[in-house]
Formats: sequence, C-alpha cells, structure tokens
Amino acid sequence: MLAAWVLTRVRFPGRTLLDAFVHLPLVLPPVAVGYVLLLLFGMNGPFGRWLYQTFGVELAFTKSGAALATAVMTFPLMVRAIRISLEGVDRGLEAAARTLGAGALDRFATITLPLMMPGVLAGVITAFAAGLGEFGAVITFVSNIPGETRTLPLALYTAIQSPNGDAIALRLAVLSFVLGLTGLVLSEVFARALRRRLGR
Amino acid sequence: MLSVSLDKRRDGFRLRVAFEAPTPGIVALFGRSGCGKSTTVDLIAGLLEPDGGHVRLDGTTLVDTAAGVSVSAEHRRIGYVFQDARLFPHRSVTGNLRYGLKRAKGVPQRIGFDDVVSLLGLGSLLARRPHQLSGGERQRVALGRALLSQPQLLLLDEPLASLDTARREEVLPYLEALRDRLSIPMIFVSHQFDEVLRLATHVVLLDNGQVAAQGSPGEISLVPALRAIVGPEAVGAVVDGVITALDPENRLAELRLAGGTLRISARDVFDPRRAHHGVGSVVRVQLLARDVILATELPHGLSVRNALEGTVVDVTDDDDEVLVRVDIGGASILSRVTKAAVEALRLQRGVRVWALIKAVSLRGHTFRRPEATPPAS
Repeated sequence: MLAAWVLTRVRFPGRTLLDAFVHLPLVLPPVAVGYVLLLLFGMNGPFGRWLYQTFGVELAFTKSGAALATAVMTFPLMVRAIRISLEGVDRGLEAAARTLGAGALDRFATITLPLMMPGVLAGVITAFAAGLGEFGAVITFVSNIPGETRTLPLALYTAIQSPNGDAIALRLAVLSFVLGLTGLVLSEVFARALRRRLGR
Repeated sequence: MLSVSLDKRRDGFRLRVAFEAPTPGIVALFGRSGCGKSTTVDLIAGLLEPDGGHVRLDGTTLVDTAAGVSVSAEHRRIGYVFQDARLFPHRSVTGNLRYGLKRAKGVPQRIGFDDVVSLLGLGSLLARRPHQLSGGERQRVALGRALLSQPQLLLLDEPLASLDTARREEVLPYLEALRDRLSIPMIFVSHQFDEVLRLATHVVLLDNGQVAAQGSPGEISLVPALRAIVGPEAVGAVVDGVITALDPENRLAELRLAGGTLRISARDVFDPRRAHHGVGSVVRVQLLARDVILATELPHGLSVRNALEGTVVDVTDDDDEVLVRVDIGGASILSRVTKAAVEALRLQRGVRVWALIKAVSLRGHTFRRPEATPPAS
C-alpha cells in the first residue's frame, strides 16, 4: 500500500525507475527472481546472513522463504490493483475532510482507505490466486522439500512426475480448482457488498 | 472584520483580490465563470497557498506570507460547502454530519447536531446514504456538515449552481435562515445576480482575476461593469426598504425607502412559507431599469402604483439606448429609455422627474434582522 501511495501521490525524480523496479517480477522469468532471492537471502547472501545472525531467521529452503518468494512475485499485482483504486478516489473528498478538521493520517484512515477497499480486495484476491500457482521462483529459492516447502503446484508437479501419482495429481488438481473457485466467489461477494455500501 | 488580500499565479492566470467586509454578514463573490472566484475561496480555505497576501478574520491571521504565517486547512476552522457537495459516499447522512463535529472537540460549540437537523430540515434523511439523496438534499447535508464543524467562517462555492430552479428553492430559504439566525460570517460564490441579491450584505465584483468593484448590493447594482456580466436586461438599482404597511385586500406592501414610499406586489409577503415577512422587516427589491418609466410631470390616470420624485444625476449611452440615473432622496435608481425619449423630455443632469414603477414588476426579498442590512436612510 505504501508503494502504491508513493507511486501515485508523490512526485520525485526516479519515480519511473522505482515503478519499473516494482513491476520487474511481472516480466522476469520466475526462476530468475528465485535465483536473485537465493543470492540475496541465501545463507551466504548479504541479507540472508544478517537475518540469521541478528534474528536467527533462515529463509532459503524454508516455509518462510516460500512465503517470501510468493510475496515478491505477487507484489506488482497488489501494487497495481491498489494504485488503480487509489487513483479512483476523488481527491475532492479528501479536501472536504481537510476543511472539516481531519489531518493527513485521519483522512487516509477515514476517507481514502475505505473508498479504496474494493480495489484493495480485488488486488488481494488476484495476488492470492497468482500465489497459489507460483512455481518457478519458489522451487528455485526454497526447492521442493516434502512437508516444508512443497506448495500445491510443486506437489502436483511431483505427483505427475512419479509413476503412480495419477490419483494424487487428480486429487490435487481438484483441490486447487475448489480453492481457486472459492476464493473468486468470496471476493465477488465481498466486492459487491462493499460497492453497495459505497452506493455504486 | 474580514480582511482578504491575495495574489496567486496559476496556469498563466493571475489572481489579485483584495476586499474587506464587516462580520458577521454574507460577502458575495460575484463574476463570470473563470474570473477567479473558486480560486479565491480555495486560498481562503487553505486548500491553495497564495504567492502573496493575507487573510485575517476578526483579529486572527489565517495566512500572511509577509509574516510567514499559514494555518493549515485542517486547523483553520473554515467550513466549505462545495459546488458538488462532496459528501462521503461510504457514510450515512448522520456519519457525514458528525464527521466535522467529532473533529471540533475543544472548540466552543456554537451549534449542535439537533439544531442543524431542525434548521436544515434533515430529520427524515439521517439514515440515508448520499446516493439516495436529491441534489438539493445533498447540498443541505453538506451545509449541515460544514456548520457542525463549528466554523468561524463559512465558504459556499456556488452551492446552487448544479441545481435546477425548483431544487434551488429547496436550498435558498435555508441559506436565508442561516444568515438571519446564526452569526457566522459567510462568503458566497455565485454567478447568478438574483442569488447575490437575495443573500449578500456585501458584494465583491470580480472580473478576470481582479476586483472590479465592491460595496453593498445597492452600490454594486449601479456599477457600469455589472452590465457586462449580468446582461442589459438584468440591470437595475437595488434598494432596501422597511415594510411600513401591509394591504392584504389588495395584496400590496408599502416600503419606506430613503426617498419615498414604494408599493410592491406582495405575492412573497403573503406567502405562508415565508411567514416572517411583516411590518418592520427589511425588504430588498431590484427596480429593473427597463421597468422604470420617467415622466417630467406627475401623470394622472395611470395604473402605475409608484411615482417617486427625484432628480436626474447621470445620463449614459448604453448601446442604442440610454441609462438614466435618478436620485430619489439619497437613493439612486436606474431607468433605461430610448434616445428619442431623452430628446423629447430634455433629460439631462438636474432635471426633476418622476420615476414610475409598476408594483407587480417588483419582488422583494426579506431580511429578518433589520440591523443586518439597515435601509439606506
């Protein structure tokens, strides 16, 4: 949300560069993103070593690492969705709130954020859906460790690769189908309720 | 006292505005679209920063570039009613009304929630959402919301411009009630002279980013620059008078003016919706120049109810016609006549004339508190 805010509302030199950087994961091969993460957050990477020594946090080849890889990959999707919803908020309403005595944080919490909610929700759902299917970055950064970093698509891939995995693969495919559908339906229901509250 | 002096350059447009007006009262910023009215109110509200100048209200400096003072918009305590209402769509009418009230804690409360609801007739709307309101209702809620933020000054940026005539009538009486019952100074932006007439106690005429003239509505109504804005048909002196007698049978009201008595058709005065009109109230009427007939002797046998004696003080060519200004005991009125009439009657400075005005051509707007706009006497 902060990134979306900065990219939408703040004018500064290098904004285009930051914009491009945020969107990089969208255009890079996922394996490349996973590899960069491995270089940075691996035990020998600059951030990885610091995190381990300071907080005892290990990212490469762990569950948290899988979450990080997914987050990085879906980040641009979130930013895009939030940005579009932020651009859709009538700044006149914020000016009105200002004349009524609301400071910057107050305005954001009581006017901007509630009006952005439908867009934010759409972003969350899209990112969640994309995260469910994330493959390349995850397998590169945290590998495919059973019980640790084997995500749904990784498990599905493993099942298809093994000689007797057909039944498991089918079950997993059905599961992902159900998860995806539920997510989409729920998001639509929420979005509709929100829009009704906003009178659109 | 409200003292405003502002300088702002914006997109190749230069705004230089300075005016002073007594408080409380309604200052009307009047002029064509694009003359800088909205920019001026944005500067006063603090939504824009001036390049130079100051805004002072009753001894408080809100912005002064020379002294490096600029109170931020959220701390200025200036209520702002926008042309497009700008109600918060995710909040109910109550939620909108309470938004400013909640943030005005620690400020002496001049007007409470219940007062605003009854003053603006919002009782039946409270549970609704903004998209369920008509245009006029929206503006009333926006007005209430601004009032409840306990402002020391209220800005109204063409609050009626987006409404049709019927909807305007839904809001105008409430604005009149605010002016007469609350002592909050207001700045009212308009490009409709009849609204200005009805509401203002002080008029600032803006033209192309500059103040062309300022003064009481009566004074402004005589300013030649007004003609270009309102059009030749709407030119006419504005006078304030006190109702001295009502004649319900003939539906006439008698007004005492500076220089005589004026009988006006009392459609408005006997209107039950405007029950506060009565003997002693101050009434403002516009005598349209095209409705005023001049005679060099007092005529007989005419249906005209008003014959005011006066002296010609000015004769000005106005396109193919002539605008004659007549002084009637201190107040001025304008009459539009043909060049032929000027020649036939030998109208010139100093000539004694009678101004004849049909009672039915006059409509009055009242002010409840006589002290708000003393009659010119």
